[in-house]
This record gives sequence, structure tokens and C-alpha cells, in this order.
Amino acid sequence: MNRRFLTRALGIAAVSSVALTGGFAQAKDSITIAVPSFLTGGAAGPFGIPAMNGAKMVTDAINNGKLPAPYNAKGFGGASASLIELDEGGGATKQVAEYRNLVEKRNVDAIVGYISSGNCQALAPIAEELKQFTIFATCGTPRIFEEAPRKYVFRTMGHATSDNVAAAMYVKEKFPNVKGYTGINQNYAWGQDSWRDFDLTMKQIMPNTVASDKTQFPKIFAGQYGSEISAMSLDKADLVHSSFWGGDLEAFIFQGAARGLFKKKLGVVTVGGTAAYRLGKKLPDGLVLGARGPYGILVKDRDSVLNQWFVNTYKDIYGIYPSGPAYQYGQAILAAKIAYDKAGSDASDEQLADALRGVTFESFSTTVEMKLGGGHQAATENGYGITKYDSEAGENVVTDVKFYPASCVLPPDGVDSVEWINGGMKGAKC
Amino acid sequence: MLRDNTSKVVLIGGILIILFGAVAPNWIVNQLMFGFSRALAILGLLVLWRTGLVSFGHAFYFGLGAYTVAILDIQLGVTDVFVRLLGGACLAGLAGFLVGFIMRNYRDIFFAMLNTAISMVLYGIIVKTESLGSTDGFAISLPTIFGVAPETKYPLFVVITTVAIVSALLINFYLKTTIGRLTTPIRDNEIRVEYLGFSVAHAIHLKYTMSAILAGGAGALMAMSLGQVDPDSMINWTVSGELVFITILSGPGNVIAPFIGSLVFEVLRTYAFELAPHLWQLIVGGTFLTIIFFLPGGIWSLISKLGRSTS
Repeated sequence: MNRRFLTRALGIAAVSSVALTGGFAQAKDSITIAVPSFLTGGAAGPFGIPAMNGAKMVTDAINNGKLPAPYNAKGFGGASASLIELDEGGGATKQVAEYRNLVEKRNVDAIVGYISSGNCQALAPIAEELKQFTIFATCGTPRIFEEAPRKYVFRTMGHATSDNVAAAMYVKEKFPNVKGYTGINQNYAWGQDSWRDFDLTMKQIMPNTVASDKTQFPKIFAGQYGSEISAMSLDKADLVHSSFWGGDLEAFIFQGAARGLFKKKLGVVTVGGTAAYRLGKKLPDGLVLGARGPYGILVKDRDSVLNQWFVNTYKDIYGIYPSGPAYQYGQAILAAKIAYDKAGSDASDEQLADALRGVTFESFSTTVEMKLGGGHQAATENGYGITKYDSEAGENVVTDVKFYPASCVLPPDGVDSVEWINGGMKGAKC
Repeated sequence: MLRDNTSKVVLIGGILIILFGAVAPNWIVNQLMFGFSRALAILGLLVLWRTGLVSFGHAFYFGLGAYTVAILDIQLGVTDVFVRLLGGACLAGLAGFLVGFIMRNYRDIFFAMLNTAISMVLYGIIVKTESLGSTDGFAISLPTIFGVAPETKYPLFVVITTVAIVSALLINFYLKTTIGRLTTPIRDNEIRVEYLGFSVAHAIHLKYTMSAILAGGAGALMAMSLGQVDPDSMINWTVSGELVFITILSGPGNVIAPFIGSLVFEVLRTYAFELAPHLWQLIVGGTFLTIIFFLPGGIWSLISKLGRSTS
């Protein structure tokens, strides 16, 4: 028995050493891009898997030269990219260890991805320390580029401030009679930041509304919100703000709808886009729904060639419409292509960073301007719509979609988000 | 105290590893640092396990050590590696001493779950407190050693390996003293131990405090080698489970076992993560089951068998 076990162990050791040496083999006409995303746990279904699908689809199309113009040149600066899929779960500290492995052991050329703000915040200094060209795809916290200038780290979507400023502006425009607002947000940095930005913006632009003193901060991944929903139902505020995402959001929508919360109050869900396709008929009508920018259901019908290619190819391959994370990861991969096309496939991390810094590019659904954080943080428009179940088509649609330009919902470069909102959003061009 | 074979192997092996680290690639040095840091906590759990006690909450001390380093760094600007390490280990030891007054009265599942409960209280407090970093945690600056800020991680690696060697030697020595030998006897028959004139409660209290100090030191070193702390990776019950997992993987046979087991775990997880990003937990779990079924004495039993068959 033990001898057999030993031979097996030796076999495994041999296989691993082959895998190890294989990691060092590199041809000039190919590059490796690591794509971390939630592949296990509660965030995998609504976020991680669509994100990974979007990254894979866009990479395949780039490798085969099948993206619409102007991106129809084959490859990343001519090189074909292979993706390394990586699980983002397990906490920021584990991700730091894995990130070091990616760079020092597996020698990847670029790292493109990350959904959790906690992970991005932990990894930004590590990326700088290791001088590794890194593009954050989805994570939202504004602090990454506000805390310190970055040289090798980029983010190709707008940060959380724009989600909540745009939400408040949309409410002001479409629901001017709102008298008070409350919120349910996860008790961690993302939830706390989101609520703070929304609350501060409401105080600025709708000064006559009253913030509830009983805002709810349940624990992340709690899953049960019965008591919070009861408390909010009794609250006088007629608007409920939530930055819940993934499984928590779906649980909250189910439980809130069953208790009639969204009939009594106007629900504003800033990360609602992922739920729109997954919940179908169970998504209540009349929710103010955001997708953290111009992605997913909000832009399904935009008829640019790039967008129609994205929507149709995704639907063909995966059988459903692409949600926000798919767009965001696709967009980040596209940014990597742009950097490689400009700097060449054998470019150093530094040259790649120089190539991407400050560029403006047409992405699938929107124009991305890398103009914040010293050219490292993207600015894009941000918008909201109102949910409605289309019983003829058998799917959810959004009506009254309204987008606000980047210059309206994001602070100018070098200005801290909270200070910008508190200072009356100076310089905003709406 | 250095005459027995185990001490010799620890000393010589440790020095060889320190020399090896000077030429090894960065990622291997990283894995060794993570492995050895965590192994300190396993060393403490090993002593408890020999006594028949399994704690499902030692992430409490591990996290306390890690967060002490973070607070020392961010609030007080302490960068010295030894001050941070002692801070983490002492605070965890103090907490362990106080909690030990309760724990020494419980055995079996009650002991395991009470520990979990206490660790989850700390977890809850940190997750809910924004000034303690909430779920995001903190980044920690690289430590200085005798006032010098090292260019690479090698000096920190040397410190960690040295601490590991010293701890292994001390625990090895302790397990040979009379009070240290009171492990299996307590597990087998507490009443008889009492009749022999020893206080079981005191013996367990001492072992528990020791394991808390070791876990605190482990957390402090882990935090410094990773450069990041967050509650999910440091204090959550899954971390406690991980520690128990590695203890079983290592086996209770020898003080060297935790270091081997911890390294095997680190490498196993790295490769599982690399080869099967969707299924890595299955591989880790499968290994756990394999060990329990075929190697109930852990990896160490394999090594000791090999040693016996060659000699």
C-alpha cells in the first residue's frame, strides 16, 4: 500500500516538475495574460464566470483577427495571447501570495482582471513593487489611484464615485418628489464608500431630502435580510439605495419583493445589471438600475458595430446576453491589446505602461478616456434606467435610460472624490 | 538539549535551507517564508493535539499576531522586525493566557467550538470596524532589521527561518521535560495524571498559552512576509480549519513534521490553484481525505517509515 502511494507521489512530483519547467518556455510570437476572476464561491455565478467569458471571447477574437475595425489587426502587437485563468477567491492576502506567484514563478506578461475592491487595493502596491503591467477590470474603490500615484497599474472602468453620483442625479431628474432616503449596503469598504458617496451627493443636489438615521449595514454575504427589510419598510424614507452585488443582491431582491418593499419604496440598485438577465420575471418592475457604467442591459441596443459584435457573439457562444462584468473584462483585454499594438509584443512592462497611459479609445459600448489618476484611471459615462419585464419578449428591459458624461459624475484629475462632492462638485460639466 | 537526532536535523537542515534561500528563485523563497511562518502555529497545535485537544479557532491568535503587526506599523510606525514579532507573539500569548482559564475546563468538541466562537468574535469586530480596515485589511510595509531596510526579502527569510529553528528546538526540548511529556497521558487518562500529582488544568493551560504565543508569532511573520492582512485570510474560521488541516497533514510524530507539512500544503495549494483554477479546493480536499484514509499519522509517518527501512 505504502509503496504504491510512494510511486504515485513520485508520479505527481514528476508531472508538477514538467508543468513547472513548461511555465518558463516562451516563444516570441505568443504572450501569456493572467486573468483573475471569481471562479468559486457566491460571486462566481453572477460576476466571475461572465467576466471570464467576456475575457476569453475577446482574446479569441483578437488572436484570430476577428474583432471589428479598428481592432481587426491580428493578435496583441502581432502576438497571440494565451490566458491563464485564476480564482480570485480566498481574501486579499491569499491573492497577494498568488499574484507574486504569477509574476515570479509563472512569468506572465500581463495581468488583467480582478473584481473585488479589496483585492485591487491590496495588489496595487504589490504590482508597483514587482513592476508588473496590470489592468484592473471591474473593482470599484476610488482609493486605488487617490492614495498614491501608480506607474504600472491601470483601471479601465470608472470608479464607484461615478456610480453613486449618477444615481443621485438620475433620482433628481426622474423622481424629483423623493422626500427621504435610506440605504442597505454591505458593511465593508465597498458598501461604506458607496453609501457615503450617494449620501453626500444627495445632500448637495437634493438638499431638501432627509437621510434616514436607520441605514442598514448587514455583513457581506449574509444572505438573510428579513429584519433589515422590515426596518426599512417602517422607515419614512421613500427611497432605498443599495450597492449590493452578486448573490447578496439577488437574495435581497427576492426577499424584498416578497415583502412588498419595492412597491412601497423606490429601489435604487447601483450594481443591478447582473441581476437583470439572471432573475428574469422575478426582478420587480420600477427599480432604478445601474450597471456600474455603460454596460450590460443598459447598452444592449446601442447599435455601434463594436457593441453589436459583442452582444451577438456573446449570445451565440454562451446563450445569454452579456452582463456588466463580461463587458468590463472584455474592455480591459481590449486595453491590453491597444498597449501591445502600440508598444510591440516584446515590450517591457514600462513600455506597455507608457503606451496605455492617457490614451482615449473606443471600447465595445462606450468611449474610454484614461485621464484620471495621472492617465491610469479611466473616465467613462455612467447611467441608469428603470426595470420593466417585457412579457412579449419574455425578458427584462430597461426604460428611461439616461447617461451622464464622465465629466459630470467624476472628479477632475487629482481631486479626491469625497472632497469633490462636498465642495459642490466643482468643474462638473453635465 | 541539542544532543538528540531531531535537534541535529533541525539545526543542520535549517542552516542548509538558509543557504539554499540565498540562491533559490524568489517564488521559492516566498513559499518557504509562508510555509515556515504558518508552521509555527502548527507547532503549537501539535502540542495540543498530542494532548487530545483540537482547536478550531487558533486563527484568533494567528490573526491577533498579524493585526498587531499591522497596527504597530500603521498607528505607531514600528518597522523593526523583532519588535513586531515580539509584539504579535506577546499579545497573542497574553490573550491565550486569559482565555486559557476558560479553555482548560473543556475538552473535545466543546474545546474546539469555544475556540471557534472566540475567533469569530474578533473576526466580527474587525469586519465591522472601518478603522481596523474592515474586510479590506491593511497593507504592511517591509520590516527593517536592526534599523536597516533590506533591498530584498532574503534577510526577512533568514529571520523567519531562524525563528522557526529556535522554536522547533525549544518545543522539542519542552516535549522531553516532565511537564512536556504530559501530553498523551492527559489524552488517555486525566484522572491517573491527577493521581500522579500533576494538575491537568495547569498543564493544559501552559500548553494552550504556548500554542497561542506560537500562533501569534506565526501570524506576525506571515503578515510581514505577505505585506498584507485582511480578516478573511487571517481570522476567519476557514483559516482555523486550514491550520487543523495542516496539523493532520503533518502528523504529530515530530517537531519537524509541521514544517514539512506546511511546505507541502503551500506547494500543493499553489499547484492546485495553477492547474485547476475552478477545482483547486477539490484537489486540496481530496488530498485531505487521502491522508486521513491512507496516512492517519500524516506525512511524518511516511518519513519515519522510510527512515526505519533504510536503517
